[in-house]
Amino acid sequence: MAIAIALIVLAVGSVAFYLFSPWHLTPLASNWEAIDLTVSISFWVTGFVFVAVTLFMVIALIRFRYRGDRRSYYEPENKKLEAWLTGVTTVGIVALLAPGLFVWGSFVSVPEDAHEVEVVGQQWHWSFRFPGEDGTLGAARSGLVDDDNPFGIDPEDPRGQDDVLVESPRVMLPVDRPVKMSLRSKDVIHNFKVAPFRTKMDVVPGQTSYFWFTPTQTGEFEAVCAELCGIAHFAMRGKVEVVEQATFDEWLAEQPTFAELAGRSPGDPEAGAEQFAVCVTCHGGQGQGQLENNAPRLAGLDSDYLKRQLRNFRTGARGESEADPFGQQMRPFAVSLTDAQAIRDLAAFIETLPVEPTRKTIVGDAQRGARLYRTCASCHGAEGQGMPQFKAPRLAGMNDWYLVRQLQNFREGVRGRHPDDLYGNQMVDMAQILVDDAALRDVTAYIATLDGNSTVAAADGQSTEE
Amino acid sequence: MGEREYDASYQAPPAETGEMELVHAETFIGKYIWSQDAKVIAIQYMLTATAIGLVALALSIVMRLQLGFPDTFSLIDPAEYLQSVSMHGMIMVVYLLTAFFLGGFGNYLIPLMCGTRDMVFPYLNMLSFWFYLVSVLILAAGFFVPGGSTGAGWTLYPPQSISEGTPGVDGGIITMLVSLMVFIAGFTMGGLNYVVTVLQARTRGMTLMRLPLTIWGIFMATVMALLAFPALFVACLMLLFDRLLGTSFFMPEMLGVTQDVAREGGSPVLFQHLFWFFGHPEVYIVALPAFGIVSDLIATHARKNIFGYRMMVWALILIGVLSFVVWAHHMFVSGMNPYFGFLFATTTLIIAVPTAIKVYNWVLTLWRGNIRFTLPMLFAIGFLFTFLNGGLSGLFLGNVTVDVPLSDTYFVVGHFHMVMAVAPILVIFGAIYHWYPKITGRMLNVPLGQIHFWVTFLGTYLIYYPMHFIGLEGVPRRYYAYGETTFISDSVQSLNAFITIAAIVVALAQLLFLFNIVWSYYRGREAGDNPWHATTLEWQTAETPPPHGNFGKELPVVYRWPYDYCVPGVKADFIPQNVPPQAVERDS
Repeated sequence: MAIAIALIVLAVGSVAFYLFSPWHLTPLASNWEAIDLTVSISFWVTGFVFVAVTLFMVIALIRFRYRGDRRSYYEPENKKLEAWLTGVTTVGIVALLAPGLFVWGSFVSVPEDAHEVEVVGQQWHWSFRFPGEDGTLGAARSGLVDDDNPFGIDPEDPRGQDDVLVESPRVMLPVDRPVKMSLRSKDVIHNFKVAPFRTKMDVVPGQTSYFWFTPTQTGEFEAVCAELCGIAHFAMRGKVEVVEQATFDEWLAEQPTFAELAGRSPGDPEAGAEQFAVCVTCHGGQGQGQLENNAPRLAGLDSDYLKRQLRNFRTGARGESEADPFGQQMRPFAVSLTDAQAIRDLAAFIETLPVEPTRKTIVGDAQRGARLYRTCASCHGAEGQGMPQFKAPRLAGMNDWYLVRQLQNFREGVRGRHPDDLYGNQMVDMAQILVDDAALRDVTAYIATLDGNSTVAAADGQSTEE
Repeated sequence: MGEREYDASYQAPPAETGEMELVHAETFIGKYIWSQDAKVIAIQYMLTATAIGLVALALSIVMRLQLGFPDTFSLIDPAEYLQSVSMHGMIMVVYLLTAFFLGGFGNYLIPLMCGTRDMVFPYLNMLSFWFYLVSVLILAAGFFVPGGSTGAGWTLYPPQSISEGTPGVDGGIITMLVSLMVFIAGFTMGGLNYVVTVLQARTRGMTLMRLPLTIWGIFMATVMALLAFPALFVACLMLLFDRLLGTSFFMPEMLGVTQDVAREGGSPVLFQHLFWFFGHPEVYIVALPAFGIVSDLIATHARKNIFGYRMMVWALILIGVLSFVVWAHHMFVSGMNPYFGFLFATTTLIIAVPTAIKVYNWVLTLWRGNIRFTLPMLFAIGFLFTFLNGGLSGLFLGNVTVDVPLSDTYFVVGHFHMVMAVAPILVIFGAIYHWYPKITGRMLNVPLGQIHFWVTFLGTYLIYYPMHFIGLEGVPRRYYAYGETTFISDSVQSLNAFITIAAIVVALAQLLFLFNIVWSYYRGREAGDNPWHATTLEWQTAETPPPHGNFGKELPVVYRWPYDYCVPGVKADFIPQNVPPQAVERDS
């Protein structure tokens, strides 16, 4: 009897949960009402069967519970009943399958007027490519990827020259225009998913896959990776901004083409040296960093990272928060740099500065830190040497007080939360593994033991404690 | 409808095969360690599977603590989270469920229920267990190799499973692949035994259509496993070559931090086809024995013949065959040619028909029965409800369009835990409560069993049912933490905390069950030979627990199907399979 009551409670509870729970499909922002409809049909058909079978079971359990004077009814089979049940079930299955297949028919057929966007997946961020004026994407493959050609576009292919490159995890799409997302991966399998669009597909290396949709709502939508792609899978995020066509066109025109990127003059260290005169006051003559000015060491950082941070300070993606007073101090200096070429020059000069050892100011348990650092090592390297392909700067030899402050900022969302801080978001997620300030000091203490020499074999947590 | 006619003059056909000659071991080691007795091998399988299953259970609690209370516990980092996910999944599916059903119940029940003295190849059978044990040890060694066990997910998808950036790429993935290959080799030895024994060594009168459904389920599952595991074997071997020898079966040209060899031309999707060609039948390899066993539990404890026996057998066979042509429904969003979706959604939903028939027949068996709410019956009912729920959510995921928003979310996690984790585990528990008296000669403690049932049944439902809904909202699976994801509502975190607490309670209840197993072995009530008044042959042995060789001097002869409960005109409410028509005492 108790079991019969339990089943009733569970069945009623389950239906009530469906009706009243706060968790449902996110509000739809694309043309795929049909997918939502198939989900609803599935809920109603299966819900009916669920309740009906459970009720039947409950009645059976109550009516035919054991009585000493009762004998059960001997009935090996009942062909008619079995045929009926098979028939009714088949009808139910067809009712589910038919709409499913019908909608799938439109899922696989991309409308002819769809424009194409290539989504490129890479551990652990997204980037995007538009076909440019000729409307065709140039050939590309992972083997051609290098620092100057992050998308691996074939330089011999004329169709690729005008391709517009968005080397950031933020992309804009025009509202109410069907779009075909062509998916390509540089390394492992990813899956580009934006929940309110409903569609998604794996991004597989060595081949291209696709899906299409029409964004119907303007606004900003979060893209996540939905296929396990390694240690930072959970932090692989992106943003899709759906805007009016005019805004989109304007934005797209600002993005560089492949030919422009290739033709861009590299940073000139000599010109950069003149720019650097301003920095010396706080960061020191050799960019070695000065604690009394709260200015971190610059020497040793790669130019990609320096350029990105200078741009962040310029735009306010970093250093805007009240909670980051030292970041605020940096902003006017970044704004004073005249143009993108000035930033490139400055970054190129800083790369030439010699790397001197820094003084230790933080006390922590380096052994415990070594364990925590395993996660950091996936992007920043086992020796803290930094890995530009992961957008991860060098950590080894950086001022430990600066690292602690930045980790705190990331953890509290003071840094990295700004929508224009493209890769800082990832650090906000990753910094969550440092649950308290002790953990933060420990990992910094461990980083202080690293020499940043990437040729050294994998870090050994046991032997590196001082 | 109506009574089955029995010809009173019916004589069982003469034996086709001669008596089996068994080597009776004399020493303790021969009897219990290097044993060739299928019943001892069964216990060895069950204990080993339980031991490694407890490790997987502990891993799930570690994961749940991270998900439920991400800011409170710093037990694990992202790498360890993924390692826990992967090991939990692989252990539970292969090393616990498959091994327990086929190696455990298969070994114990096939010879007894078919009325034979032992498996046809006892030595091979022994070897099968030792291969299994070695595979478990290699698997467990993965925890201790440098870099730890693999964190590639139980699906082991390349390229990431053998690329930098995934935990365990140094050693863990190698131990995992080698362990699986050893497991498959061991299983093949056992599996051939089960198939040949069922086909060739049944006792006189035990026609195929008189086999208990338990045996039908185990038999079909074994046939499927023998056909499906080779696909996994070659996938493992090729992946191992890719990892160790630098081949490119599954590796396309790609970036990698420390790629020491050039990769070119391999297909990651090919691995998924091989994996799921094994992986989907694997679901039924676990489910079919559960289907079979639960049929017998329901019939016995409702004192009623199973409804539609022939239909049940054909449904098992049909499910077994169909399950080989549905594998790509795991790959609707894998980047395979999307036109496959039409075919695989159709085959997948067709398989729902025979499955639904089984569910109908179980509940129709209850109808007009005389239901005893014994522990095995409670677990059987728990299975019915859980499986109903999990089966229905499968109709979402199998229906290609509906799958798109739900795949890779907690909806999937909820679904497969309901249908192929909780449901089969409830059957394993029910079966243990049912057959423990035969295995040990003592009954399990009922009040402890009741607590175990209620906490497990209700607790697992509370864990997995809500997961479907956060999946509906889009919460992705295999995430170490969710941070601030815009489409995930804040209340998801409270739900995760709730689920974690429920999971801990359910895990603790399993300790109670283990205590019951040990305590009842010494203190349990004496069971007698046939405490449930069941019809099948294992309950008709002369001794309990049955000795090596199972039956006494003479093998039993079978005269009837296994479901003669409450036959009209017959005095007793059950007639064992080996009672000849002449010996049945009728109402005057």
